[in-house]
Amino acid sequence: MTHFTKLLGAGALVLTTGMASAQTDITVAIQLEPPNLDPTGGAAQAIDSILYSNVFEGLTRFMADGSVVAGLAERWDISEDGLIYTFTLRDGVTFHDGTVMDAEDVKFSLDRARSDDSTNAQKGLFADIAEVTVVDPLTVQVTLAQPNGSFLFNMAWGDAVIVAPESIETIATNPVGTGAFTFTDWVQGDRLMLTRNDAYWGAAPALETATFRFISDPTAAFAAVMAEDVDAFVGFPAPENLPQFAADPRFQVLVGNTEGETILAMNNKLPPFDNVLVRQAVSLAIDRQAIIDGAMFGYGTPIGTHFAPHNPDYVDLLANSPHDPARARELLAEAGFPDGFTTTLKLPPPSYARRGGEIIASQLRAVGITAEISNLEWAQWLEEVFNGKDFGLSIVSHTEPMDIGIYANPDYYFQYDNAEFQALMATLNTTTDAAARSDLLAQAQTKISQDYVNGYLFQLAVPTVAQAGLTGLWLDQPTAAVDLTGVSWGQ
Amino acid sequence: MISYVGQRLLSLILSLIVASVVIFTVIEVIPGDPAAFMLGVNARPDTLEALRDQIGLNDPLLVRYFAWVTGMLTGDFGTSWTYKVPVADLVADRIWVSLPLALYALILSTLIAFPAGIIAAARRGGLGDVSIMGATQLGVAIPNFWFAMILVLIFAIKLRWFSAGGFAGWDDPFMALKSLTLPAIALALPQAAILARIMRSSLLDMLGEDFIRSARAKGLTRRQALWRHAVRNALIPVLTIIGLQFSFLLAGGIIIEQVFFLPGLGRLIFQSISARDLIVVESVVMLLVFVVIMVNFAVDLAYAMVDPRLRTKA
Repeated sequence: MTHFTKLLGAGALVLTTGMASAQTDITVAIQLEPPNLDPTGGAAQAIDSILYSNVFEGLTRFMADGSVVAGLAERWDISEDGLIYTFTLRDGVTFHDGTVMDAEDVKFSLDRARSDDSTNAQKGLFADIAEVTVVDPLTVQVTLAQPNGSFLFNMAWGDAVIVAPESIETIATNPVGTGAFTFTDWVQGDRLMLTRNDAYWGAAPALETATFRFISDPTAAFAAVMAEDVDAFVGFPAPENLPQFAADPRFQVLVGNTEGETILAMNNKLPPFDNVLVRQAVSLAIDRQAIIDGAMFGYGTPIGTHFAPHNPDYVDLLANSPHDPARARELLAEAGFPDGFTTTLKLPPPSYARRGGEIIASQLRAVGITAEISNLEWAQWLEEVFNGKDFGLSIVSHTEPMDIGIYANPDYYFQYDNAEFQALMATLNTTTDAAARSDLLAQAQTKISQDYVNGYLFQLAVPTVAQAGLTGLWLDQPTAAVDLTGVSWGQ
Repeated sequence: MISYVGQRLLSLILSLIVASVVIFTVIEVIPGDPAAFMLGVNARPDTLEALRDQIGLNDPLLVRYFAWVTGMLTGDFGTSWTYKVPVADLVADRIWVSLPLALYALILSTLIAFPAGIIAAARRGGLGDVSIMGATQLGVAIPNFWFAMILVLIFAIKLRWFSAGGFAGWDDPFMALKSLTLPAIALALPQAAILARIMRSSLLDMLGEDFIRSARAKGLTRRQALWRHAVRNALIPVLTIIGLQFSFLLAGGIIIEQVFFLPGLGRLIFQSISARDLIVVESVVMLLVFVVIMVNFAVDLAYAMVDPRLRTKA
């Protein structure tokens, strides 16, 4: 075939797909490529972005609004003392390789995640499990060592999906789950493809095939969307271009919430940050709106504590730390630093940290604090800041859902060690009554806000740019997921 | 000739040994724990330890170095820690993007540079020379990633002749070449500009040599002398540059690969460094060093063919 006729053929193909009324394929871009395809063996968000709900499912699952509903478990009973969860599994669920999903698989998955040689990045989710027992093929009983009010929530995480012993060996390159899409191909570095699972137990998705592409360069991302090479870009890396897409009738822009509380972390054990007056001064020196406008082009919701504003239990505590440089100077003088002090500000790669860091450094300078900025790669940041605790200040977005519990761990990198807070969390973990939990969560949020543990900046937004005809994409990201089961092309 | 080749071969082997030691030590001292990176912020100490054991990070450095080197000698480049597939497979996939891209760009740049350089030299000081040299100034000055973005803006976003990036795969060679075309042009142009300038100045040097005067005295026209005698002799410095450029294009296309999101070797190294997938970085860099050394070896042999004195001198 000559090149010319090939060109003609390609042109005709473009025309026919353009005219087809109901398109059933989609190309979705995300920033990072998953390192491997095992959601139970690594922390990389990109693994969940592609596979959560599409390929793998857990006993429970997150919906787009963050609520937790039944997944592979159709229903469950909880014993009076909150220790025994009896899950009834859905009947007729098969893995993509044709094997049946039953109670043995659930036991295998949970036991594997909590075993001694487990490499599950969220092993803590399974810490309270004492025993998993198979009652019959469709009933599995999980016994907890102590009551855990978040257990059903924990089981909805991507790290708690149900896998099969038959296919576990090759899960990193050939993931076999129970979801609405089967994995078909992965051209490493370029794209990953999914195909509709016709044997799916639930409602069949509208899409037949899905292709994921990985584009991290902001300019390349802009070009790929503009040239309509991709139909949707979830987590678009260049917020400055969003107004241009919003004004273009070909595209729709969705700006949703994530579970990412972006904070100015302070090393609570390192002088002078061991002094609450200094921490308060830093908090008052920060102008959140200037950071959101300057670093995020206006996308992001200010927060006054470590809790997601879209959560019904959120308490608005912004009044505890208004932007007040004069008062910040007074507090510094009161703490014994009338001339300020010098500290380090170590920044990981994301633009919220790098851009935000420059703005915060200048805001701190205005009250006399000199923050020496150093830019770190993630691996370096983990080693120096997170594990080595060798830092004064840092900026990071804590993207795990409902993670206020990290403040109860005195070894966590910002080293907040408060017995009162730890007692609150201990009570919360064993409380299952909803009203009592709300009350405890409110107390916990207030406590860390009043102790000025960290500078609370904003809730990270996730922008999605998509073709105008696409419907069903998640607006918010209660967990890292590009759930395609409800996505379709409108007219 | 034999001893000339022998000498080159010996220096080749020594270079490879030194390179392997340098690469291994430099990469191993990069701060950052690979296991901590893979498991993220909620990892428990026992989980980290289990993973370190699994990927062999707990072995002493020297043991790991020799395991790596002996593995490579038998063709085993190790298994990627994050991708969990053999490094050889990763490289095999990506070399089919990077190698054709480098060759494509090199061919384009040679096709542009040779005629441009020869015309400029033949019409020294004329309008053709001035305009070609002006264009090469511009070509050297324009950064290739910026040029790449302009190409995307015009040919992908406005005209829609090409896609903005990505690689179509070799199942359809025409589409594969098409997806490499814009990146190849972006890579080739600055190279062509450099090459054209070298070609011109090298030719001009030759045109001033005695043997050209003799050739002219024998009755050859200026053009005949240029084509029969000067071009061939001017090729030596040009070959050196081509050899260097090929190595650069193969390993250094990383920014262009990023702009066009191509799954090439440069991007593999970049991703692996940030993920601290050290075994991949070490093996791929070693492989590139090997290729560069081999290309230089080939260039050395090519010298010997172009310049008979090198064959007999030793």
